[in-house]
Amino acid sequence: MLSISRTVLLLLLFPGLLLAGGVYQEPEDFLAEVFNGEVPEAQVIWLTGPRKEVVKELLGHHYPSLRVRYWRQGQRTTWILEEIGKTEPITTGFVIKEGRIETVKVLVFRESRGWEIRHAFFTDQFHQASLNERHQLDRTIDGISGATLSVRALKKLAAMALYLDQQVRQQDV
Amino acid sequence: MDNSPPFIVGLTAAALLSASLTATADDLPSRQEMWKIIQQQQKQIEALQKGAQTNTVDIAQANQKATAAVELAEESQKSVSSAAVWASKTQLGGYGELHYNNLDSKDEIDLHRVVLLLNHQFTDDVRFVSEIEFEHDGDEVEVEQAYVEFDLNQQTFAKAGVFLMPVGILNETHEPATFYGVERNPVETNIIPTTWWVGGAVLGGQIGESGFSYDVAIHEGLKTDADNNYTVRKGRQKSSKADANKLASTARIKWTGMPGVELAATAQYQDDITQGTDDSAGEAWLFEAHAQIEHGPLALRALYAYWDLDGDGPEAIGADEQSGFYVEPSYKFSLFNQNLGIFGRYNQWDNQAGNGEVDSEKKQYTAGINYWPIPDVVLKFDMRKQDNEGTQSNDNGWNLGVGYQF
Repeated sequence: MLSISRTVLLLLLFPGLLLAGGVYQEPEDFLAEVFNGEVPEAQVIWLTGPRKEVVKELLGHHYPSLRVRYWRQGQRTTWILEEIGKTEPITTGFVIKEGRIETVKVLVFRESRGWEIRHAFFTDQFHQASLNERHQLDRTIDGISGATLSVRALKKLAAMALYLDQQVRQQDV
Repeated sequence: MDNSPPFIVGLTAAALLSASLTATADDLPSRQEMWKIIQQQQKQIEALQKGAQTNTVDIAQANQKATAAVELAEESQKSVSSAAVWASKTQLGGYGELHYNNLDSKDEIDLHRVVLLLNHQFTDDVRFVSEIEFEHDGDEVEVEQAYVEFDLNQQTFAKAGVFLMPVGILNETHEPATFYGVERNPVETNIIPTTWWVGGAVLGGQIGESGFSYDVAIHEGLKTDADNNYTVRKGRQKSSKADANKLASTARIKWTGMPGVELAATAQYQDDITQGTDDSAGEAWLFEAHAQIEHGPLALRALYAYWDLDGDGPEAIGADEQSGFYVEPSYKFSLFNQNLGIFGRYNQWDNQAGNGEVDSEKKQYTAGINYWPIPDVVLKFDMRKQDNEGTQSNDNGWNLGVGYQF
């Protein structure tokens, strides 16, 4: 038992040759999938004035960019946003259709805990979610034990994507 | 009244009309003048149109310049120097809690712990994680985590160093805002024993899309002795010149395949829990299982842990079996837009459960409230009542606490 333990311990100490990252889907591939290979030209929405303040309220801090890119086809907008879970940013893709979430997909997860948020059993809870008048999600999202901060990050990003979608569609009026 | 003769009035009117017509014809511009005026107006229109186009171009150029400036500023923030690059890969965090204990055993204010977390991401696949804890206002300084983690592929990782044991509910996740009660529950503290950190290596990962994950670890074992009644908590070596004569092996399987649900079980084997220092003791097994279920405002935590120690020494005092369990239902609610939660917990544990003749079992009823002014800050209150067997004194009373994480 002891010798096996020590052998396994040594093997575990030298894993460097096998490295690979937590990229579940490249953002470009996500866009291609959403738009069936015909990705529209990216547009930009500026986070200035009251919009900047609302986003700050949603995230609890300023978004690290003044401009957010999005891709639009009719009443469908797609966003690739980042928010820190515990220490690392989680890259997530959102598809919004007529003010409701159509798809949530975790594209890159860089932390050692909380990876469960990428599973469909969790992201499916966001399906058809919209924002209420207080800029909150209109439904309860059940968390995952041990993944509190990752869950919180995803809920914040979902609210941000819905809010920015509202802003884009209001520019049409 | 006018007395003029009628023909004089008529002549006067005709003269006035003639003069008026002559003046109107003289004021009109000629056709040439009209053409000149039209040409001048056309030039003015063209000039205005050109000006408008110039303004549009200016606006577009200004927009481009603003965009370029913002992009430059954002890029500069990311990579202005090697120090900035290093900082972007290094994260600081922490948590802590201050307690006031009004119990039969003590009446004190204790800065129970202040913890600093320092992590560094070497590459996307290799990172360093550390946790340094100052307990009781610096009386104890402990490095509870200091390991390097490698992502082997999208579903598998390995880590080596000092890490928290993959067992129980609180051992790996114990930031104050994540659990009820000022003090951590006595079952995990005395039986698992939380917080339990070791030096060694772990291989872990997810099993497909099933929601199952696993951890397998080889690490320093416990080193307890007869002087401490073979209690497992006294056997923690804390990776401080730890005796590695007898390593231990741990495996955990966990299922989180449904939102709000975690089911997990851990087993550990060590072939000598005294590291060869006590011939009357021998191998030891730990079995632990728990459930965490959250659905909307309701939550339930339940945990059972059991140690089986071989040898005449532990058996003689009943320490060959050490076990405990707790059940904790809770309810979260909002009052005046403030987040609150109430809970109750029944705890039962025994570090000498193997001997029915020794009155060593302890029972504790705990109930209290958490108030989160913001998600990362919590104020806590709880009351507890013990019902311990035999001559063991009960330690009843109440506690207040403030905790935070960042």
